[in-house]
Amino acid sequence: MDALTRRRFLVASGVAGGAALAAGTGGAGLLDLLARGATVPTDAAPTNTLVLVTLYGGNDGLNTVIPYADPAYHAARPELAYDPERVLHLDDAVGLNPVLRGLRRIWDDSRLAVVLGVGYPNPDRSHFTSMDIWQTASPVEPVTTGWVGRWLDTTRAAPEAAVSFEPVLPPVLAGATRSGACVGVGGLDLPPGLTVEAVAGLGRIEPGESQMQARAAAAYRDLLDVDRLVRGAEEHPDPVPSVDGPQVLTTGPGTRSVLENQLALVARCVEARVPTRVYSVSLDGFDTHAMALPGHEALLTRLDRALSSFVARMAGTEAGRRVTVVVYSEFGRRVRANASQGTDHGTAGPVLVLGSQVAGGCYGEQPSLTDLDDGDLKATTDLRDVFGTVLAQVLDADPDQHLGGGYRARPLPLLRPT
Amino acid sequence: MSDSLGLLLRRAGFGPTAIELTAARRGGPDAALSALTAPPGPDLGANTAPVPDLGPDVYAGRRDPTFEEKVRLEDLRTVQTGQLTEWWLDRMTVAGHQAVEKLVFFWHGHWATSVRKVRSPQLMLAQHRTLRSAPDFVAMSRAMVVDPALNNYLDGHLNTRQAPNENLARELCELFVLGHGNYSERDVREAGRALTGWRFSLTRGASVFDATAHDPGRKTVLGHTASLDAQSLVEVMVGHPACPRFVASRLWFRYASSEQPIPQGLRERMAQAFPAPMAMLRVLLADEAFRATAGSMVKSPVEWCVGALRQVGVRPSGLSPQDRAALRSDLDALGQLPLAPPNVGGWPAGAAWLTSAAARVRLRLAARIAGWAQTDGLNPEGLAHQLCVDGWTDRTYEVLKGSRDRRQLMVLGLVSPEYLVT
Repeated sequence: MDALTRRRFLVASGVAGGAALAAGTGGAGLLDLLARGATVPTDAAPTNTLVLVTLYGGNDGLNTVIPYADPAYHAARPELAYDPERVLHLDDAVGLNPVLRGLRRIWDDSRLAVVLGVGYPNPDRSHFTSMDIWQTASPVEPVTTGWVGRWLDTTRAAPEAAVSFEPVLPPVLAGATRSGACVGVGGLDLPPGLTVEAVAGLGRIEPGESQMQARAAAAYRDLLDVDRLVRGAEEHPDPVPSVDGPQVLTTGPGTRSVLENQLALVARCVEARVPTRVYSVSLDGFDTHAMALPGHEALLTRLDRALSSFVARMAGTEAGRRVTVVVYSEFGRRVRANASQGTDHGTAGPVLVLGSQVAGGCYGEQPSLTDLDDGDLKATTDLRDVFGTVLAQVLDADPDQHLGGGYRARPLPLLRPT
Repeated sequence: MSDSLGLLLRRAGFGPTAIELTAARRGGPDAALSALTAPPGPDLGANTAPVPDLGPDVYAGRRDPTFEEKVRLEDLRTVQTGQLTEWWLDRMTVAGHQAVEKLVFFWHGHWATSVRKVRSPQLMLAQHRTLRSAPDFVAMSRAMVVDPALNNYLDGHLNTRQAPNENLARELCELFVLGHGNYSERDVREAGRALTGWRFSLTRGASVFDATAHDPGRKTVLGHTASLDAQSLVEVMVGHPACPRFVASRLWFRYASSEQPIPQGLRERMAQAFPAPMAMLRVLLADEAFRATAGSMVKSPVEWCVGALRQVGVRPSGLSPQDRAALRSDLDALGQLPLAPPNVGGWPAGAAWLTSAAARVRLRLAARIAGWAQTDGLNPEGLAHQLCVDGWTDRTYEVLKGSRDRRQLMVLGLVSPEYLVT
């Protein structure tokens, strides 16, 4: 799976990055923009910030937000079902996976919204296509822009308006004329012997060179500028917490080990009032076809730890209290377990929304476990309603203009009115 | 004025070596164009890169493999796919008939099919042979319409009289033969019916026709009404005047400019040379409009990397398995791994390759390549000669002069804007 989704991503980033350069950072590099950002008076009203957390591989929604009271849940996956007593009850029907203790505390503070049964019409079980649909918010026809990318286009956003801390830029941040920037968590990692000065030297635009050659140069300047922008965000260096030492990834160039690191960078940027409105981070490895239980629990533990420490840290500053986190995956797993104690690709799943502005609670309807579509859940909430809500309430944008396909979003009251 | 012979060799192939460019200069532009488009004799370089023997598909003749068997077989396929990819990269590097070799890669991107969906490296190799051996576009289209890998990729095996699937028919119209705007939705539906009945067999490594799944009724495509099947559909499509012009514009897009449209006059002259692709390409490469695009094309990752390997004298087959895997992985991270185009539209072009994310990977791969290469005695002038760039800008020259050692000098030259854009 990883190859497919990752692959798609890189190319999307290619398209977008080129387009963004075409839009022209001109002579004004990102450092100039940062300099302007730094002169923003500290009493200026902070803007809302969105943090998108993508769970790659298809998170098992039924074992994340568990319909513990439904006998059909226990019947369908005898070896994978959690005992009702172990589940962290949210209400008398659903509860969180036992390892999601941090999220449970956020729920208790009414800062966690759980949108149940989110999906889209005619679900596709390919990681590739389904993730594409989620990121473009276009289930009906394939498009080359992401829903955040289209927002970057219409707002004529600066390159740092949306930043990804993933290895490659996800298509959600790809617009037609603008795109987000991609910043590596591990730092610049220039090859040994190569200096920042030399790369910066290549990034200077030479008078009289062709437009395309100038763009090639600009890519090096952007590489260094965005990196500096982010790394310069913290005045008092705060080492990124190391996570269990170096890890061997089995699913390719994923980000399994670094969600905490990614979120720590986001936290630093938010606290330093970097003018980024959208951050994209991810956790990989949810494609649990076999022996799912221990693997899934380990991933959820990691997710829980990263999210709960991030949300706690964000609550400490004014800018942080305007951050909203949205957690989603390309699909859930099938209701019934397969023969290898795993689950195959499914359809709808829960979307988690967290933050100080969030109005906690369950939204939408838990899909029926007996009224299935060929063994899979029927989505009860359209993903475009969720992202439409985010566009309207976090990014102050008209959802219908950015969802495309003429879809009229039905916003959910996920955020408290400010 | 930029060096038009350098431009010709850089665009027609993956990147000339200093020796090839010097030889071309000695013979002059006409001889160079002929040597590229009609190379004499067998390709001695390519002959040193024999196609790997993959054997039959790992699932050939197997029924209902267990889960554990499937895991093992899929792992085997992944290994074979890596082997095939490395072979192709090696062949691109050592091929003497560079324009022929690059045209094969062009067709791969044109009939874009990804092993990531097809899974079977054997089917991908069969398609590769088809693209390589087709004498012209008409013959190629006849073969590709029933190509097992393409049919697998575009769900042709799901296209039956009982449940038509128009995926392949649509792409045939839009991306492969006619181009957007040259057909109607009805043409797509009717073409889909004509294509019903083809499945692929992993055991036979070929497509098989199932008459019971074929719709034998009358169809109307592009104004022709008959009981069309796959072959007669192709005849109708390649006979349409939009086809030669579409192929001409795709060649222009990849060889001349991904931003400027093909000049109409050139398009018509190229269409005159249809269906022989190399003859069409020759018309393009000889045209003034082609030379006017100098400095506007970004090398795709494969062009950049293979060109660099040729120029620094490193062939993939001479590397360790780890280094070959690293090469593939970096190309993948750059967004262009042969046999795995991102979607049926093929790879992007132009500024699309110039992201800051790609810049980071390019630095990494350039450092690998420089690590494999011999850099003794290298200086900025010698590097320009070796990499066949017209010259360094003051900016890059200054950076190169300031490099700490010769290896770093080569890395900086390989990632320089002058080397990336041609």
